[in-house]
Amino acid sequence: MSGCCDGNVERYKELQAYIDGLPDKKGRLIGVLHKAQGIFGYLPREVQEFIAGALGLSVAKVYGVVKFYSFFTMVPKGKFPISVCLGTACYVRGADDIVSEVEKILGITVGQVTPDGLFSLDTLRCVGACGLAPVMIVAGRVFGRMKPSDVEGIIAEYRAKAGDSEKDKACEGVCCHG
Amino acid sequence: MANVRMHVLVCGGTGCTSSRSLEIVDALRAEIKAQGLAEEVKVVIAGCFGFCEKGPIVKISPDNTFYVQVTPEDAKEIVAEHIVKGRKVSRLLYVDPKTTEHISDSKHMDFYKKQLRIALRNCGFLDPENIGEYIARDGYMALGKALFEMTPKEVVDEVKKSGLRGRGGGGFPTGLKWEIAASYKADQKYVICNADEGDPGAFMDRSVLEGDPHSIIEAMAICGYAIGASKGVVYIRAEYPLAVERLQKAIVAARETGLLGNNILGSDFSFDIDMYYGAGAFVCGEETALIRSLQSERGEPTSKPPFPAESGFWGKPSNVNNVETFANIPVIFLKGAEWFASIGTAKSKGTKVFALAGKVNNVGLVEVPMGTTLREVIFDIGGGIRNGKKFKAAQTGGPSGGCLTEKFLDTPIDYDNLIAAGSMMGSGGMIVLDEDDCMVNVAKFYLGFTVEESCGKCTPCRVGNKRMLEMLEKISEGKATEKDLGRLRELAGIIKDTSLCGLGQTAPNPVLSTLDNFYDEYLAHVRDKRCPAGKCKSLMQYVIDPAKCKGCTMCAKVCPAGAISGKVKEPHVINQDKCVKCGACFATCKFGAISKR
Repeated sequence: MSGCCDGNVERYKELQAYIDGLPDKKGRLIGVLHKAQGIFGYLPREVQEFIAGALGLSVAKVYGVVKFYSFFTMVPKGKFPISVCLGTACYVRGADDIVSEVEKILGITVGQVTPDGLFSLDTLRCVGACGLAPVMIVAGRVFGRMKPSDVEGIIAEYRAKAGDSEKDKACEGVCCHG
Repeated sequence: MANVRMHVLVCGGTGCTSSRSLEIVDALRAEIKAQGLAEEVKVVIAGCFGFCEKGPIVKISPDNTFYVQVTPEDAKEIVAEHIVKGRKVSRLLYVDPKTTEHISDSKHMDFYKKQLRIALRNCGFLDPENIGEYIARDGYMALGKALFEMTPKEVVDEVKKSGLRGRGGGGFPTGLKWEIAASYKADQKYVICNADEGDPGAFMDRSVLEGDPHSIIEAMAICGYAIGASKGVVYIRAEYPLAVERLQKAIVAARETGLLGNNILGSDFSFDIDMYYGAGAFVCGEETALIRSLQSERGEPTSKPPFPAESGFWGKPSNVNNVETFANIPVIFLKGAEWFASIGTAKSKGTKVFALAGKVNNVGLVEVPMGTTLREVIFDIGGGIRNGKKFKAAQTGGPSGGCLTEKFLDTPIDYDNLIAAGSMMGSGGMIVLDEDDCMVNVAKFYLGFTVEESCGKCTPCRVGNKRMLEMLEKISEGKATEKDLGRLRELAGIIKDTSLCGLGQTAPNPVLSTLDNFYDEYLAHVRDKRCPAGKCKSLMQYVIDPAKCKGCTMCAKVCPAGAISGKVKEPHVINQDKCVKCGACFATCKFGAISKR
């Protein structure tokens, strides 16, 4: 634990309180990891070590579970996480072209974050909005019937939004990599 | 509810909420309040109506007016015209593409005419967050009937008699599964609901959970009574926040009403349900892997026997069924096993929900009696192929299934016919493909999925599928030979025969099925180094039609590789060795002289 700022101490406290509130510790690891990812945004090594200690498990066991499930990530997400649906319906309607376009514009590949911490890119399997295929999700908002030419405008829109909260971003960047 | 004269049901399914349906709810509520009608008109966020293509959908009852593609801006007109003056807003009604008539009641639409809704019976008809509405539609009557009029054995027999088979993939007889779980003696047994819908392109379970969560709770309690379990567990996808929230609320409401907990309805049967989150692993659809995941371990399947019915969650007898299977249970008890068994084909009873998507006009959730033909689903309900293109195949069964070609269009859909046709029912994804889809590419897509989702426990699946994927990549890059096609088939057979669980045993199906039905297309890739659908980028060529080319030189100017040459006012040519297939020339040509081949 880096303890570089108060935010992190609070986060560990919240996680500890959640673990203390569990009726028993048997078979709770996945639930705790969900909670931890909700609090921290991702599951860095220190958080995994903390969880292992709190639940009386080996770090290897915790890491094994984290790596197994695609929902868990050890890489922090961008301020505006971008997910492109690669379910079959979206795929046959050209979702792979949307992925390539995002990669081209942001200069990152799937699973990466932009150096400024604004955007991260992931793919996911079927959000259940097949009628809108292909679908892209930015920070929880769904954009349907996407064309590659739509990507640039959407990213620009979020870039403009980010301009307002420059300070928060700088702080989070330090903590997350601490 | 007595003084409410009108209900406005707004679809709260994922497709519609993605198109701002929740903003429509807010706008309607504000407008209704402004008109002083809040007491008599109620706006309800309902479950999925199924007709996702035309979403967001707003339905007004009791007159059953079905508005399509509504926007928040339309709220004012709906309230002022329909609710206040009783005049339908005709511009928001569905227009029949054949007759161009406006249709107001959904039951007259081609999309709904051939459907029979059993599992989805309540989706779109009630407020999923109000247990009273579920009860008003005979909810929990089936549980009462089971508890007070039947012995556990009679409950099992009723499900057996109905002929219901598992809707999650394999199609194992549900009654038999319950009977086996009931036969084991233990101090604790579990009813497990698999709500970790992982098939890319299937969202029926999500819609049931979001639109009718109480039916799952009721069915699990009935199952608990039948097999002697006092605990239920729902393993639900964490990526379905709305489904999680609604089920959670429904469980709390059921507890408060005495429909979960100790001594349900005053009987001596006690049952309660816990929720566990999945974390994105397709293999956890396999029941032993699911149970491992419930125990917070890596979701790796274990060998069977022992089956979960003998030794499942924490080593106790457990019965695992999926959401759609459970959704059918209450109806079997309300209408009788004979009624249920009268629907469908000889060995597949009842209905099946399909998530119809891809290159079809009406994308959505479709529930049809078993035995309905593919043609009826795709052309009558689905409205045919988009943009007037030609039907090529329907992919069913997701990554475990295969392609059904034109020759199967009139085959009645049921478990056994689909397997005979080289595909399978799976969880009910049905992806329609047209002439623009490359079958090698489709096989590659599914195999890419299984390679990513393989748990890595057994070698044939972990290594074999990866090798197959590499072969497919070679084929789509034009680097493979005919010999590779033979090797591909051989390896597929080995993987099927030697993998531990269902995921590995079925992973080669999309490859085998496309090899069987579209061998010519594979041959074109390996022999002629050509992709007939023009999808495989490495094999695609841009060519200039000399008859259409005016020699304007625009293409030569934009080409970043200097691959285009020609004199002014004379037809140009593309040097294929230099072309990088960026498509810049294609986008630039004003005369339509450049085409993909």
